[in-house]
Amino acid sequence: MKRVLGRLGHAIFVLWAVASLTFVMFRLMPGDPTLNFLSESFSEEMRAALLTSFGLDRPLPEQYVLYLGSLLRGDLGVSFLQKKPVLDILLDALPNTVALTVTALVIAYAFGIIAGAFLAFARGSVTEGIAIPAALITRAAPEFWLGMILLAWLSFAWGIFPSSGANEAGSEFTSEWARLTSADFLWHLVLPALTLALYLQGLPLLLMRATMLEVLNDEFIVMARMKGLSRWAIVMRHAARNALLPVATAFALGLGSSFGGNVVIETVFSWPGLGRVLVSAVQGADYPLAQGAFILIAAVLVTMNMVADLLYAWLDPRVSVGARR
Amino acid sequence: MRAARATLGFLRSQPFALVGISIYLLFLVLAIFADQIATHDPRQILFSGAYRVARYLPPSATHYLGTTAGGRDIFSQLVHGTRSALTVGVTAAFCVVFLGSLMGLLAGYLGGWVDRIIMRLSDIVLGLPFLPFVLVISALTRPGTVTLVASVALMLWPNTARVIRSQVLSLRERGWVEAARVTGCSPMRIIFVHIAPQVAPLAALYGSIAVGWAILTEASASFLGFGDPAAISWGLMLQDAFANQALSREAWNWFIPPGLCIVALVLAGFLVSRGSEKLLFPKLGD
Repeated sequence: MKRVLGRLGHAIFVLWAVASLTFVMFRLMPGDPTLNFLSESFSEEMRAALLTSFGLDRPLPEQYVLYLGSLLRGDLGVSFLQKKPVLDILLDALPNTVALTVTALVIAYAFGIIAGAFLAFARGSVTEGIAIPAALITRAAPEFWLGMILLAWLSFAWGIFPSSGANEAGSEFTSEWARLTSADFLWHLVLPALTLALYLQGLPLLLMRATMLEVLNDEFIVMARMKGLSRWAIVMRHAARNALLPVATAFALGLGSSFGGNVVIETVFSWPGLGRVLVSAVQGADYPLAQGAFILIAAVLVTMNMVADLLYAWLDPRVSVGARR
Repeated sequence: MRAARATLGFLRSQPFALVGISIYLLFLVLAIFADQIATHDPRQILFSGAYRVARYLPPSATHYLGTTAGGRDIFSQLVHGTRSALTVGVTAAFCVVFLGSLMGLLAGYLGGWVDRIIMRLSDIVLGLPFLPFVLVISALTRPGTVTLVASVALMLWPNTARVIRSQVLSLRERGWVEAARVTGCSPMRIIFVHIAPQVAPLAALYGSIAVGWAILTEASASFLGFGDPAAISWGLMLQDAFANQALSREAWNWFIPPGLCIVALVLAGFLVSRGSEKLLFPKLGD
């Protein structure tokens, strides 16, 4: 319990530092920030009024305190361009990003774990000679390029899948849950999720294979073999359980980093998620929205880093929290 | 001479590393002789016949890979793109190795509050989402190669620093470091003269991975419109193709080659690091 609290305190420290850094990034960049963030067509009075309404006319330390205070209250300000609360815009985009990330990660890890365990047994075979370079190639390929190929092939050339968006234009749903479980949504989800999964599966595959090879040489496996246990029992009950440890940690870390990494895939497939909100906010100089999206993505990353650490300690009692790094 | 022969022998025993280094050399040749190899000026708008822009041409003898929507030669862009990819990759890797090693050496050898500050800093960096950070920095400053390389270095140094630090923690207890200390060497001299050369191979390993990361990041940032708009890069080519309906026109000749080049160059980094991993940690070898 004390460990968990300690790790939680660490995460809160990192979050505070990230929030402060974000504040500094968006406000202390060279040049007049208002020129960056307000359109040139604004009149002088409009600019002054906007500055006052966003609190930008006050001294920086005061702005900083106000900023941290509103962050704690979950108030992320109002979008310059959409004139809506930032939090509402982000919460609208969040389910799409969560659906995409979780679907892709589950596919990638289910495939990677099975294929990796299999490859550990197929050491030195022709299959291994093909599979390992193939896994390395998918990790070396830019995600958006994989997406472009799938898009050109399965959407434009063969016309099987829709090319953009998360839902058919003009479709109405009774609730958000009804939308996320509709056949239309799932059909739109296939290509982006497949692209992300293709990119992500290399890590669990290589990791699973490496740890399986390591575990299979461990003393307790030799012991189990000497006890006369079947090969299957050894793999399932002893080896896989231990080999899964780093893979489970990687899954939690992957969930955190994919949230931010989705930026490009969401752009390729015009997927209305957090990453696209961030990109268009940054491009449109909508600074409260960009700041809010950045902080939300960072918060998910920090939380998942913490979960990964705790998971690792929980699964492997030999490791104490914090000592991992 | 002996070193050269040892390197050759190592490469022969490590086909992975050999392939990786061959790919690097191939792209290096392309980058150096880009002006001679390219068939056209990559920026020039080409015309076919009277005042007609040569757009969306399929591959032919004059245009090996066809032309873009803007009437530019794809093969020439591809060849010239090698320069920016190598520049970004190598400078970013150099910065990551430099910053990471420096931080790792100082934290590991000096310990105490220096160590605590550096480790807290690296915790914070690990809490920043990689690509979004690069995008925000590019948008708030001037987008370009320098910004990109700097933000990649800022984001990637903690991994190198942590590994170097733990290596230094064990090295500092060794006899010869103790001996240097007893003879009155200053901490800085011990760090940079006695310990740094020992961790250099490990730093180089992380550098070869950073090359790939930097190139992928440049491609992603350019694709999203945050690259240097004046440069000729594979990422920008892909963005150009994506924005100009190369996908719906099924202009495979336009968007497949730049991606393949990125894959090859990033893969080369992976292969080299795999090979040198075996050289550095022979026990790990599978």
